[in-house]
Amino acid sequence: MAEFRMPSLGADMDEGTLLEWLVHPGDPVHKGDIVAVVDTAKAAVEVECFDSGVVEQLLVEPGTRVPVGTVLATIAPPGTPVAPSPAPAVASPAPVAPSPAPVAPSPAPVPSPTPDAPVTSPLIRHLIAERHLDRNALHGTGPGGRITHADLDRAAATTPPSAPPTAPAAPEAPPPATPAGASPPPAAPSPVRASPLARRLAAELGVDLATVTGTGPHGAIDADDVRAAASTGAPPTAEPTPSRAPTEAAPVGPAPVGHPPRGADMRAAIAALMARSKREIPHYYLTETVDLGAALTWMRDRNRELPVSRRLVPAALLLKAAARAAVAVPQLNGFWLDGQFTAGSAVHLGVAVSLRGGGLVAPAIHDAADLPLDELMARLKDLVARARAGRLRRAELSDPTITVSNLGEQGAESILGVIYPPQVALVGFGRIVDRPWAVDGLIGVRPVVTASLSGDHRATDGATGARYLQTMAHLLATPEEL
Amino acid sequence: MNTADADRLVRTALREVAPDADLSRLRPDADLRDALTLDSLDFLRLVELLSEGSGKRIDEEDYPKLGTFSDAVGYLSS
Repeated sequence: MAEFRMPSLGADMDEGTLLEWLVHPGDPVHKGDIVAVVDTAKAAVEVECFDSGVVEQLLVEPGTRVPVGTVLATIAPPGTPVAPSPAPAVASPAPVAPSPAPVAPSPAPVPSPTPDAPVTSPLIRHLIAERHLDRNALHGTGPGGRITHADLDRAAATTPPSAPPTAPAAPEAPPPATPAGASPPPAAPSPVRASPLARRLAAELGVDLATVTGTGPHGAIDADDVRAAASTGAPPTAEPTPSRAPTEAAPVGPAPVGHPPRGADMRAAIAALMARSKREIPHYYLTETVDLGAALTWMRDRNRELPVSRRLVPAALLLKAAARAAVAVPQLNGFWLDGQFTAGSAVHLGVAVSLRGGGLVAPAIHDAADLPLDELMARLKDLVARARAGRLRRAELSDPTITVSNLGEQGAESILGVIYPPQVALVGFGRIVDRPWAVDGLIGVRPVVTASLSGDHRATDGATGARYLQTMAHLLATPEEL
Repeated sequence: MNTADADRLVRTALREVAPDADLSRLRPDADLRDALTLDSLDFLRLVELLSEGSGKRIDEEDYPKLGTFSDAVGYLSS
């Protein structure tokens, strides 16, 4: 029997809050399936399981804060019959600080698969339920008829969301009975049916759940309902936002959610990590002014052919060059662990994303050096949208091998950044500015950017860092090869 | 697209790209990127929404014509 544990989502995390289960006891899971959402100081993170099998028991209730390494669920070998239990059999693995109002797990189970139903992963099943789609009407286009995200998006685009029921609460469904020996029943059980995430959001946004119309099964309130209620209740410039199918890709609404209360936690997490960096890492700094004339001309010519949704921004070129240079100078791509450098297995490019409302996260774009530019651009847009919505994936937060901080159009001309431990380098880009520039003995005006490298002097010397910046400048001079 | 439609479209689009912004305090002639701290991805998304909503092709060369709220409304309704 395998155990699913609270993962460590970065060097600065030692505990996390289980926010939401995306599986139920008895559900089959495969290695890599996203099974739970964990809240950290920085974001709600979707966590995958590392084993295949059948979910046996959920040991931790949503809303519970536990140390890294705590067993959250048990997974039985594939094919094991598991009697679905209605609620987590809270075996109380020493929660650090139980949340003030533990909430009952949403008792509305995902419909059990019919024998000929298409194969689905837990995340897909969850999304089907969340979007109120008819699973049997879905056509899977993935391997073996598997339903993919794209299939859901297609279905969501053609299926109108089910009409919200008129009664906000369905009183005929009480919360599931608490098993013997478990924690006391949730404080102040509310007659309103709502998902754990919805309750948490409602608390953070100051939304009274009794006033929210639920669009989930049996009128249950889900997170989108709370966001909708919060946004329509906002006093300034109140005008209903255009209704649209709730697709995951749409970054509408959730951006500010959770950030005001998360702010203090995030500040503390950044403070701890940056203080550790400056305490432990002897930084050296190098800068190079890079002519972007060729790169930007090439990009504009390319963008002219394309619809807005497929156009590039300069950041995509800079990130690609940074990733390719990290392949060329692998001494800067990896980690300083136990007194020595360990090279990264690939270039997972951390991208520092500043959040509206303060703070930042630096999740990774995996294998960034191998991605074609338009794919990298799409990943960047997706990553920024999800980072700002506070919804990232485990691997994105835990394994960047080198990080880029790009100040963009509103930033300063240059940045000398602080390395994210245990990484050994941080690449910085300032604002792109027009400057006089000498080419072939003549002065012209060129768009230039100040690129910087902060290096860990324990791992490398300045010569290595200089080689990195030179490599990157050469790459940006021939953008068509990026 | 008339001015009222353009005004509505720009407001709706801005609310999506800068959901935390108070548009009632946005001056019509203020630089949108400065006033709402839009980065290049935010601005690209704004252009995308305006292009979709108006059915108008917006080339990169025209981005400067979308610099302020009143510029954007004027551009879309012309």
